[in-house]
Amino acid sequence: MSVPSIEAVNLSKRYGSFSALSNLNLKIEGSKCVGFLGPNGAGKTTTLKLFTDMIRASEGKALINGISVHENKKKALASVGSLIESPEIYPALTPREALSMVAEIRGMPRSERKKKIEEVVSEVKMEEWLDKKVGKFSKGMKQRINISAALLSEPEILLLDEPSTGLDPRGMSEVREIVKSLKHKNRLIFMSSHLLNEVSEICDEVAMIDHGKLLVYDKLNNVVSRFSGDGGEIIIDVGLSRAIDDLILSRNISSMAGVVSAEKLDMKSLRIKFSGSLENQEKLLSDLVALKIGLVSFHPSSSALEDTYLNLIKETL
Amino acid sequence: MSKPSLKADPVIHTSLPSSIAQVGVMTKYELLNYFRSRRFFILLIIGLIISSILTALVAYYGVNSFATTALGFYSFWWGNSVTLVVILSGIFFGGDAISGEFQNKTGYFLVGNPLRRSSIYVGKWIAALTASLIILAIYAAIAIGNGIYYFGATIPYQYGESLIFSVLYLIAVLGFTFFFSSLFKSSSMSILVTAILFLFAFSLIQVIVSTLAQVEPWFIITYGSGIIGNVLTDPYPTTQSVRGGFGGRNETKIFAVSIPEGIAILVGYFVVTAVIGLLLFERKEFT
Repeated sequence: MSVPSIEAVNLSKRYGSFSALSNLNLKIEGSKCVGFLGPNGAGKTTTLKLFTDMIRASEGKALINGISVHENKKKALASVGSLIESPEIYPALTPREALSMVAEIRGMPRSERKKKIEEVVSEVKMEEWLDKKVGKFSKGMKQRINISAALLSEPEILLLDEPSTGLDPRGMSEVREIVKSLKHKNRLIFMSSHLLNEVSEICDEVAMIDHGKLLVYDKLNNVVSRFSGDGGEIIIDVGLSRAIDDLILSRNISSMAGVVSAEKLDMKSLRIKFSGSLENQEKLLSDLVALKIGLVSFHPSSSALEDTYLNLIKETL
Repeated sequence: MSKPSLKADPVIHTSLPSSIAQVGVMTKYELLNYFRSRRFFILLIIGLIISSILTALVAYYGVNSFATTALGFYSFWWGNSVTLVVILSGIFFGGDAISGEFQNKTGYFLVGNPLRRSSIYVGKWIAALTASLIILAIYAAIAIGNGIYYFGATIPYQYGESLIFSVLYLIAVLGFTFFFSSLFKSSSMSILVTAILFLFAFSLIQVIVSTLAQVEPWFIITYGSGIIGNVLTDPYPTTQSVRGGFGGRNETKIFAVSIPEGIAILVGYFVVTAVIGLLLFERKEFT
């Protein structure tokens, strides 16, 4: 029997009469990226803090690989990398020293430490700053080092709380690429975010939370098709490597099974309104590939996710 | 909804170090942080300034103006000033050791890792003790240098005892300041309260309790620290009753802490505050 990687069992957190998280039951397992969405104060960060034992649950349990984080934090977090609320690093230390500290805490062998630190720092494009004091860094630079700290031990589970916070557009894009590359390395990523385009681009599944209560957790496509308000239709954005012929669009693509409509967004991108099961969606993707039109991306539109979000979450705090 | 667990295949296979080894890691990097930041050097400079003033005073007025024996010299030099150095070390290294992790959000960098909070607490405490001991050692070396210059290489054994009591006082003060630091989430608040307590409040309470209430202030840490200076006095001072007032009818007690009493007070303070401080940090939430 497989052990769930992340599991919240009746997880609740109260501050006096205020309920920050109410009876959360969530089970996530396997290698995938799960987006955790909700308005400010919905309970996203509270959940992630409970999974890293930064706060104590009022009721219930946060389990990682079946181990209670609160009861056996050291063992539970051994395979977890986390980035919660943009941490600060001791300003007098350099990234190399701060990351060495994390590496030593995690028991990384000395022989691998130097190489691995340089590798993760290079991944976040901070190699030039490796031996400069962190105190002089901007918020975005610190966040890059925090991301590298979370990646350092190559954990099988990553808990990320709005990892793009404080980053410029290039930084955000780089974080997206890092998270995408982690998916290919069989990692489980649980990531809170306000950026719906980021979630729709990276994540396989979404969990939505509001007022401390889980509203939905399912595959991204299922959530969008169920709650976007388009009567079960989902909008798929398709990226191409070259300009598409109008004839192919009107003759071939528009007539494919499940396609309600297809339109050009620009020369190299299409938006397809689609209705059908996941199997039909899979067939649509293979049919598009078979057309040899230079398909490079295929994902639910962020605007569809936005519609879903707005339908599910009626108001913000 | 969820697929069977696909086990990741991390490139790096590590086994977590023991909690004691993680304490060592915390100590190492906390010390590095102290040495890199100005804090250590500011306290070192303060220690050197106090030493320089004492050296200059003795050189200018002549050693005989202050002491005629080696023991008297160490009593004047060490007994009167080392408690200030210890208190400043406690404030500098312990005042915001824990509260700073919350206010500056540096704790968020550490706490999400697989290590016990007690390892963080103990590691930081040992680092603070080590940094303070370096300051204390330099201060003691200057005192001994002056003592040897004026009274020769024979150092009274009582100075060795006083040195040990100073270290014990330092341990108790750091236990206390860490405890106070765990109470607050604001660095400035914890530093301020600790400074007020050690520089004014404890002394004031001690005077009020012992002089006005005529009760031995055995519950005050600064009273316990009296053994540092007392041991340099020959004979060792004892609690005395002095007749005074109109017609000599009022009897006033002047309390002097004995060595066992002083050790018990300092050890008691350390044990109680260390345990409570650790429990507070374990339970404190990063909200």
